[in-house]
Amino acid sequence: MLLQKLGLILVSSALINNVVLSQFLGLCPFLGVSKNTKTAAGMGAAVIFVITISSIFTWLIFNYILVPLGLNYLQTIVFIMVIAALVQLVEMILKKTSPALYKSLGVFLPLITTNCAVLGVALSNVQNGFGLPKSVAYGFCSALGFTIAIVLMAGIREKTENCESIPKVFRGTPCVLLISGLMAIAFTGFAGIV
Amino acid sequence: MTFFFPILKAMLVVGITGLIIGIILGIAGKLLAVKEDPRVRGVRDLLPGSNCGGCGFTGCDALAAAIVTGQAPISACAAAFSNHERIANVIGQTAEKAVRKVAIVHCAGTCDKTKLKYNYHGLADCRKISVVPGQGSKLCTKGCLGFGSCANVCNENAISIINGVAVVDRNLCVGCGACAKVCPNGLIEIIPETSKYTVQCSSTEHGKYVRVACEIGCIGCKICVKNCEAQAITVENNLAKINPELCTGCGKCAEKCPRHIIFKMV
Repeated sequence: MLLQKLGLILVSSALINNVVLSQFLGLCPFLGVSKNTKTAAGMGAAVIFVITISSIFTWLIFNYILVPLGLNYLQTIVFIMVIAALVQLVEMILKKTSPALYKSLGVFLPLITTNCAVLGVALSNVQNGFGLPKSVAYGFCSALGFTIAIVLMAGIREKTENCESIPKVFRGTPCVLLISGLMAIAFTGFAGIV
Repeated sequence: MTFFFPILKAMLVVGITGLIIGIILGIAGKLLAVKEDPRVRGVRDLLPGSNCGGCGFTGCDALAAAIVTGQAPISACAAAFSNHERIANVIGQTAEKAVRKVAIVHCAGTCDKTKLKYNYHGLADCRKISVVPGQGSKLCTKGCLGFGSCANVCNENAISIINGVAVVDRNLCVGCGACAKVCPNGLIEIIPETSKYTVQCSSTEHGKYVRVACEIGCIGCKICVKNCEAQAITVENNLAKINPELCTGCGKCAEKCPRHIIFKMV
């Protein structure tokens, strides 16, 4: 029963309601860090870590501090603060453990702070009134959806980068935007699963 | 007083949360601190810090690390040429004599020298115009489009469009090469400041077409090659090029050029 529930959350948040391709959250890193599959996977891993941990902390802070004090309206500012701190923490850990990944992510690592997918997931957890386990599962699966999207995108971009048959005017960013549009259309196909 | 209570409560909650987060981050910062080579910091302080990317690295931090590990030469940063010796001191090496580098636009096809095919009304960006049919409104498709994409990317405001052609102010230019990367016609070259003469044309078209398109363009007649005693000039693809290392600055090429396209720089 639990497994069934988990599977449902996985499919619905990672594929059907994919953060990037159907909710249009987190487009900045999706377009910015998708030049190389390895970097994209690293970015995805960092986002999974930040979203999962931030789901726990934002849920705890919302339900045990903000709700009892009647300060629900402060959710956005407090969540941003928690997320920013977590990103700093991830940055320190990466700098210590994997300098190569730290370098290749470059400026996009601190930019996870402003990645609206992170805040979006935290806010929708709270708005939908999920419990703690469901929030964490939902956060993890949404981030997994982000990773799937960005890695797929990086793979396609690597293939099309040196493609001679693409007209000169479409190379680079225009092509990337077209690809993401087509991917979004393709992902609507998952809506039939559930 | 009761009016202020909710505001105070909100301030306290946000403030205390921030304080706790700050303390946690502070402890984590100490625990996870990475030892950094003090020389990297020393070199970085001598670099301009504008992160122009002209050296090919992602920014001044990356270049400083590369200089210290020996992956980049001390003179890699064109903008910090006056600091090269001090950078060398920081990492305990002696610097080679650095030559200041500046950008130059290899086009002199001003509005009165070249003709227009049509009147262009549209986006004022060279990179976009270069893919428009006809590649811009000037008859010469190899020359300066005059819409100043180079001027827009220049951090030093060293480039201005004068009479339809980009002109570099050599006093302001730091030689970062951002303009050279953005120019769709590849007109801009980064040359040593001491270069004495340059050919101000980039047209590789045959002389016949150049004559029609521009009053001043290089037709590849090789008169300069014959007159150069230092053999510093070569003509490739109907375009003369002066090697600044061989050029003695005698000025005979500029004198004899029937098109007057060779200009004195210094």
